[in-house]
Amino acid sequence: MATATATMRAAAPGRRTVRNLLLVAIFAAGAWAQSSGLLGDILYLWPDIRYLAEQHLVLVGLSWGLAVGAGVPLGVLLTRPWMRRYSESVLQFVNIGQTIPTLAVLALAMSVLGIGFWPSIFALWLYSMLPIVRNAYQGILAVPAHLMEAAVGMGMTRSQILWRVELPNALFVIFAGLRTALAINVGTAPLAFLIGGGGLGELIFTGIALDRTTMMLAGAIPTALLAVSLDFLIGQVQFWLVPKGVNPLRLNR
Amino acid sequence: MIRLEELTKTFQTDQGVVTAVDRINLEVPEGEICVLLGPSGCGKTTTMKMINRLITPTSGKIYIDGKDTDEYDPVELRRNIGYAIQQIGLFPNMTVAENISVVPSLLGWDKKKCHERARELLNMVAMDPDAFMDRYPNELSGGQQQRIGVIRALAADAPVLLMDEPFGAIDPINREVIQDEFLKMQEKIRKTIIFVSHDIDEAVKMGDRVAIFREGHLEQYAPPDELLAYPINEFIADFVGGDRTLKRLRLARIAEVMHSDVQTLKPDDSVERAREILASSAQEGVPVVDRDGHPRGFINQRIAEGGSGKAGDLAQPLSFTVRSRDDLRTAVSSMFTHNVNWVAVLDDGGHLIGYVSQQDITDLLGTVRGDTRAA
Repeated sequence: MATATATMRAAAPGRRTVRNLLLVAIFAAGAWAQSSGLLGDILYLWPDIRYLAEQHLVLVGLSWGLAVGAGVPLGVLLTRPWMRRYSESVLQFVNIGQTIPTLAVLALAMSVLGIGFWPSIFALWLYSMLPIVRNAYQGILAVPAHLMEAAVGMGMTRSQILWRVELPNALFVIFAGLRTALAINVGTAPLAFLIGGGGLGELIFTGIALDRTTMMLAGAIPTALLAVSLDFLIGQVQFWLVPKGVNPLRLNR
Repeated sequence: MIRLEELTKTFQTDQGVVTAVDRINLEVPEGEICVLLGPSGCGKTTTMKMINRLITPTSGKIYIDGKDTDEYDPVELRRNIGYAIQQIGLFPNMTVAENISVVPSLLGWDKKKCHERARELLNMVAMDPDAFMDRYPNELSGGQQQRIGVIRALAADAPVLLMDEPFGAIDPINREVIQDEFLKMQEKIRKTIIFVSHDIDEAVKMGDRVAIFREGHLEQYAPPDELLAYPINEFIADFVGGDRTLKRLRLARIAEVMHSDVQTLKPDDSVERAREILASSAQEGVPVVDRDGHPRGFINQRIAEGGSGKAGDLAQPLSFTVRSRDDLRTAVSSMFTHNVNWVAVLDDGGHLIGYVSQQDITDLLGTVRGDTRAA
């Protein structure tokens, strides 16, 4: 897996070749899995996979959604002139969420909030906050001063400037933050099992504990697929939702 | 009309109070372009930005059409003043049509009316609305963006326009073109315009009046020709440049100094007639003109004395002519190039309508056109 990503990055110009090779590799892996009976063993766990994947999605969706709901407004708020002098301290505070190792955050959440669903949500939420807040904050600060001058000079009010100029122009950067947060969130979510949050981590960790490769893979493969497809999904939303004029991906197309 | 009264702005800095703009009094008549000119840091931009209250004046008054602008809410005031800036400031997230419609939509115009207005304005700058309405600013060339920036300022048809070096971000060739376009447009729309510039050539070209600033003071406020002819002090003379007399040549059209009482010959006239004209008038040459009024050539003293016969056969071809609406610089440049003292002037149809001599131009430079002090 690690080698595959490394190859992909190194061979960025020859993307198509890499993609084709990847497809062949996946097909070969599938064929091997089928012939060795692994696929059958994994599918035997299908009801568990489905139930836990749903739980996993709820964990990710809810914690990420709450982080978006809180993080974007917070990031925007920090750019307001009357907040500027506090903004760095607030960002530092949010930063702590990222500096502390994932497991430690989970442990802290557990010791304060107990075990179960909500402590997991809280930990994942905290962990997703930083990229969202930071990108919203920096995206808005990066809106060129002359656009602001034009907006004020033409008679926009503060809120009109925010909605018509600042947010649309920062949208691409904000989305990049949402995307990073989602990737982090999906990757961290399996750990939620450790404090009783459920999710696909249950299959992975149980599989490790019982030394059952099949069970481990039954958790790991859906987790990986989930991460890839969610990232693809938000990538598409970003591509189509960010106005063409401020979307580097759609320029000159 | 815009009137500034004792307008002052002071800033509090670490070195104490700095006066950026010091008791400026200025009046811009309706429908005229007033260029605020000066080196950077002279207070010209600060003065302009106080008019739409991007900067709040420390003291003094600003009247637009006789109304004190303090009585308006700043947002309301700005929507009724067109504003164009040097960096253009088109919003990259909006299409060309949306950019043009910014102020109209703030004023509550409906979508259809905004759309029609955008089309009308694009046509005004010769950009095809069908091709450009739905494009984004980063799909346009620099010159096209600049045009959109200017028509965006005109969108709500505000009577007053503030332009902060609006043609500054563009190459010199395109700048000339856009300046000419804008002047042509201004002839129709007659806005009252405050135009900030640091370029004397631009100021002389664009301004009906030019206000030269230095360190927050208004040094001289006059029509460009007066400014070039009579700079009131050393600083102004330096600023307008050592070639200020030559600059004045750009300000006058040939039509203003042309002699339209030119005596001409028909091709059938005899050369004696040419001698009579040369002897009795100040003309240095006599153009030979055919029946339709097109010049065929000319006869001067040397040809007239040496030859005999019909004027049409003796006439030397005119190596160059000028048009009545060209500026005097064109005439002078042509005379120097061809080493002659006079030049025939044609109208747009190529008919001879007069002539201009070097003496006429020298005489003109001795006076000031539209001299307000003489009046």
